[in-house]
Amino acid sequence: MIQINCLLILSAIMMFAGIFGFLTRRSTLAILLSIELMLNAADINFAVFNRFLFSGQNNDGFFFTLFSIAITAAESAIAIAIMINIYRHLKDLSADKLDKMKW
Amino acid sequence: MDYSLSSLDYSQFLNMREELSLMLVILLVFVADLFLCKEPKDGESLSAQKKSPIAWVTLTLFTVHTLINLLPCLNGSMDTISAFGGMYQHTAMMTVVKSVLNVGTLVVFLMAGGWLNREENRVKRGEFYTITLFTLLGMYFMISSGHFLMFFIGLEMASVPMAALVAFDKYRYESAEAGAKFVLLAIFSSGLLLYGISLIYGATGTLYFERLRLAFSADSLINLIGLTFFLTGMGFKISLVPFHLWTADTYQGAPTVVTSYLSVISKGSAAFVLFTVLVKAFGADDLAVEWNRALFWIIIVTITVANLFAIQQQNLKRFMAFSAISQAGYLVLGIMGGTAQGQTALVYYLLVYMAANLGAFAVINVIEQQSGKIRIDDYDGLYNTNPKLSFLMTLCLFSLAGIPPFAGMFSKFFIFMAAFNAGYPWLVLIALINTVLSLYYYLLIVKAMYIKTNASPIATFRSDNGTRAALVICTLGVVLFGIMGVCYSYIDSLSIL
Repeated sequence: MIQINCLLILSAIMMFAGIFGFLTRRSTLAILLSIELMLNAADINFAVFNRFLFSGQNNDGFFFTLFSIAITAAESAIAIAIMINIYRHLKDLSADKLDKMKW
Repeated sequence: MDYSLSSLDYSQFLNMREELSLMLVILLVFVADLFLCKEPKDGESLSAQKKSPIAWVTLTLFTVHTLINLLPCLNGSMDTISAFGGMYQHTAMMTVVKSVLNVGTLVVFLMAGGWLNREENRVKRGEFYTITLFTLLGMYFMISSGHFLMFFIGLEMASVPMAALVAFDKYRYESAEAGAKFVLLAIFSSGLLLYGISLIYGATGTLYFERLRLAFSADSLINLIGLTFFLTGMGFKISLVPFHLWTADTYQGAPTVVTSYLSVISKGSAAFVLFTVLVKAFGADDLAVEWNRALFWIIIVTITVANLFAIQQQNLKRFMAFSAISQAGYLVLGIMGGTAQGQTALVYYLLVYMAANLGAFAVINVIEQQSGKIRIDDYDGLYNTNPKLSFLMTLCLFSLAGIPPFAGMFSKFFIFMAAFNAGYPWLVLIALINTVLSLYYYLLIVKAMYIKTNASPIATFRSDNGTRAALVICTLGVVLFGIMGVCYSYIDSLSIL
């Protein structure tokens, strides 16, 4: 049986890998992937907490995971739609190029 | 609690009266858009469909919705209505906040006419109304939530379609860039928020605000980490300072109408929700000490940094972005201490801020639509060519700065008094100094309009009727909300914790 600690460490690593990727990646698509990693880390957390600590008491964690997966999908859809629009303008998806407005 | 389907009482849907009525409006607008706005036939020019009934349909339906929901506001029932086992909770105060948001959205719709009638936007007029109303529905759910799931869904429902609105001008690159910046940071902040909520769930085993209040305290590290992630996520949504970096770019690039919506409706509802959740879910005494300490520094940094950046802006929309960040700092000032007086002051501030900021944006919008000019230099000598617009803009800017006869001064006074009574005199002092600072940059625009001369000023023009109506509503708000003490005392009579 896997200990709860292992799973929580996994999700924490995923979360901070996501934050690291968000701050360091140069392609907007890779940034989006990093954010997905963060959201999935939180989903794992919910499921793990519910399964190990509160199974039998409530199902809030599982429900939260389901809803958050759906919401995440909607978010990536709209983010990718906006990126396609940017690609039409710039023929590039590098975050460094999104610098027309600054300061 | 019994979750079996047979025990579900369907009549509790009727408790969500405001949400149902808004949902009905959205559906009707959606269907009306399908049938009323036909594709132009071959040979028929686009200008033939310039007069579209969809704007009228939306305005009428939404006005009816606003008025209907204003009515129960007046008989002032103090009961907390709840549905679905406490997932949905509604108090009279929330009706007030929703009504403020309704009126704000109505003003935004009124001033959107000129922009939506442009050739490239004419096809998607209906979409603008539907998407905007959907974000409003999300804010409703967020405001009335009693459970973190409801809160999160409402928050996402408010911010995901907002990204589509920010990127609405498909053929303008700035709009797309603003949309990309907005959507990436919105999802990022949602990720942080979600992780925080998951830790809170792990620590307590419940997500109902009322049970969390009893189960949650500052005695373990995981709780504090959860609270930190939560505050960070909400800080992004309200654009408080360490998390404000997306704001200026998004406000500048988004269509002006959307910017105004973003700066008032979206920000205001998030600030109110932050208050509700902090008091309801994190209200335990030792925990309140922690978030008050965090907010103390966040407010100081927010107001100061935003003011310093606002001074050096040349683009008016960017300027209004920093002004909005600093105003958000004042809004959050009402949260300090989590008192009933603070809640009243926050809602009153939101009401007054809505009138003043939307008024200023209506002027900026109509000038941008007519002349395409958006820099502060371009406003030099505006008084000579468009005296009425300059005058209204001045009223709104004075109200934002808090100059006495206008409502902005009263709202600032109440919010300072609430923070002072909650025990934060030094914070109030710093905010006061910053108010003086902000006066300087608001007056820069007034100076440009009245005193500076310009070889090629913006030509004299007549605003469209929608903008005129929006400006009348905003000006009435700016002038009357302050003098009519009944506004404040009415909100005060409803504030319960």
